[in-house]
Amino acid sequence: MVYWDYLATGKIIAHVKKGGDYLHFSRRCLLGLEDLTAEEIEEILTTAVPCKEIIQREVKKLPTLRGWTVATLFYEPSTRTRNSFELAAKWLGADTVNVTIATSSVQKGENFIDTAKTIEALGADFIILRHAMAGAPWLLAQTVDCRIINAGDGPHEHPTQALLDLFTLKEKHPSLAGLKVVIVGDIMHSRVAKSNIYGLLKLGATVRVTGPPSLIPPGIEKLGVQVVNDLREAVRDANVINVLRIQLERQKKGLFPSLREYARLYGVNKEVLSIAPQDVVIMHPGPTNLGVEITEEAASDPRSVITTQVTNGVAVRMALLYLMSGGGKSGELLS
Amino acid sequence: MERKAFLPEGFFSDFKKEERCGVGTKRLIMDEDAIRRVLYRLSHEITEENKGVDGLMLVGIRTRGVPLAKRLAAFIKEQEKVDVPVGVLDITFYRDDLTIISSQPVVRSTEIPGRVTDRKIVLVDDVLFTGRTVRAALDALMDMGRPQAIKLAVLIDRGHRQLPIRADYVGKTIPTSAWETVHVLLKETDGEDRILIEEICSPEETPPPFPCASEAEERGE
Repeated sequence: MVYWDYLATGKIIAHVKKGGDYLHFSRRCLLGLEDLTAEEIEEILTTAVPCKEIIQREVKKLPTLRGWTVATLFYEPSTRTRNSFELAAKWLGADTVNVTIATSSVQKGENFIDTAKTIEALGADFIILRHAMAGAPWLLAQTVDCRIINAGDGPHEHPTQALLDLFTLKEKHPSLAGLKVVIVGDIMHSRVAKSNIYGLLKLGATVRVTGPPSLIPPGIEKLGVQVVNDLREAVRDANVINVLRIQLERQKKGLFPSLREYARLYGVNKEVLSIAPQDVVIMHPGPTNLGVEITEEAASDPRSVITTQVTNGVAVRMALLYLMSGGGKSGELLS
Repeated sequence: MERKAFLPEGFFSDFKKEERCGVGTKRLIMDEDAIRRVLYRLSHEITEENKGVDGLMLVGIRTRGVPLAKRLAAFIKEQEKVDVPVGVLDITFYRDDLTIISSQPVVRSTEIPGRVTDRKIVLVDDVLFTGRTVRAALDALMDMGRPQAIKLAVLIDRGHRQLPIRADYVGKTIPTSAWETVHVLLKETDGEDRILIEEICSPEETPPPFPCASEAEERGE
C-alpha cells in the first residue's frame, strides 16, 4: 500500500526522545490514527485538558501561534470540523484562511494539487484538508511543505473526530482500558468509525460494531473488533454507544431497504437505552439525522454528550495545532 | 572528566565567582532550615507590605513556584489566621521560545481560584533568571482580567536578566555565571529541600547555554 510506503520513507519525522518536560510528539502531518502510537494519542489528549480550560475563559485568546497561518481546504461540506479548526487556530493566536470550494478557482478548473500549492504560496503553515478521496492528505503531504491535518478523507479516516471522542470518553472514564464501546451504524462508509476503532483499541478499549450486515465491511474482525448484528444484544453491557450518521451521500445504491426499517432495527431510541446499563454514554459525531439513527429523545437524554463532543473538538484541535507547531516554523529543528 | 563529591549535608557556602570547581560540581547553597527561614521572612514581608491579606492571592508558577506559594500561604495563615487563595499558573502557551526549540514543552492546567480582577496578586517562582518566565506569567495573568497589582516573590535571584524585570520579595540573591545552573529541590516535587549550584559546562570549552551579552563582552568577544 502506497500509504505505508510513504510512512516508511520517513517523511514523517521520527520522534525525538526528550526529558520529562518535553513531549515526544513531533509529526508534521496527521493523516490518521492508524499510524499513531498509544503514547502519542495520550499526549494529544493530555494537552487538550489545559486547552479546554482556555476555551472556558472569558477572554479566549493566546499568543502561542502568533504569526502562524492556518488554511482550511474543505472539498466536502462541514459545520463542526471546519469551524472548530478555525476557532482553535484563532484562539491560539494564528490567522486563518478558509478556502470555500464553491467560490474558489476550483470552479474554474484548478486541480487539487495546484490549489494546495497556491495556498502554500500564500503563506499557509498548516493546511487542514477534507476531501472525498481516501488518501488525499497523503498526496498533499508529498506535494507541499506545510503541516497537514486530515479533517476527513472519504471513507478512510477522520482522526480529529476520533481524538475528540476519546477525550470526551476520558472525561467520563479516565482510563479507557477494558471499556466496552459499541459503534452502531454505517461502518462501511464511516471514516469516524475507522479512526475510532484504531484509537479505542490502541488505548485498550473493547470495540463492538453493529449495523445492517450490508453496511459492515467483510473482514473487519481482523482489526480486532467484535461484530454483533443485533443492536439490542450489543448494548446490553455497553459503557458507550457511539451512533454513526447514515451517510446517504456515500451510498451509490441502497444498501438497506428503507430508512424506516433502519430506524426500527438500528435506530437508538428510548427502548434501546432501557436495555443498556444506566450509566451508558451516548455519543454521535454529528450532524444527526434525527429519527433515523437516533431519536430526538435519545439525543437529548442526560446521558448524551453530543454537545460536549463539539466543545471538546475545539480543545483537541488546539492541542494538535500546538503539538504540530513544534520544531520551528519551517521544521528545521526537527531531527 | 573528574567529578567531585557532594559537599556534606548542611554545609553552607556562599559562592565566590572566581572559584571554579570543574564541570559537574554541585555546591550547596541552602538547606532545609535555610529555605524555611527565608520563606517565613518572605511571608512576613508580603503581609506587611500589603497591610494584611485583603484581596491577596498567591499564584505559583509551575512547577516549583506552586509548592512555594502553598508554603507561603501556610505561613501567612499562621500569622493572620486567614486562608489566602493559592492559584497555579502554567505559562507554556506564553513562552517566547516555542519556535526555537525542537520539542514542544508539556502544557499543564492553570487553576486560578476565582477572578483576578481587582486582586493583589503575588506571583511566586523558585528562581529569577532571565525574566522571560515572569514576562510570560504577567501576560497570562493580564489575559485573565485586570488585577489591581502584581508583585513578584522569588526564592533565588541569580541575576542575568534579559528583560527589565525585578522581584519585590527576594529570598536570596546569588551571583552566578552563565555556565552554571541553579537546582531548587523541594520536598513536594523532588523529595528533599535543598538548593544547589551546578557548573554545567566550562567557559573555555563550551559557549554558555544561555548567551549573556554582558559576559561575552567581558571576555572580549
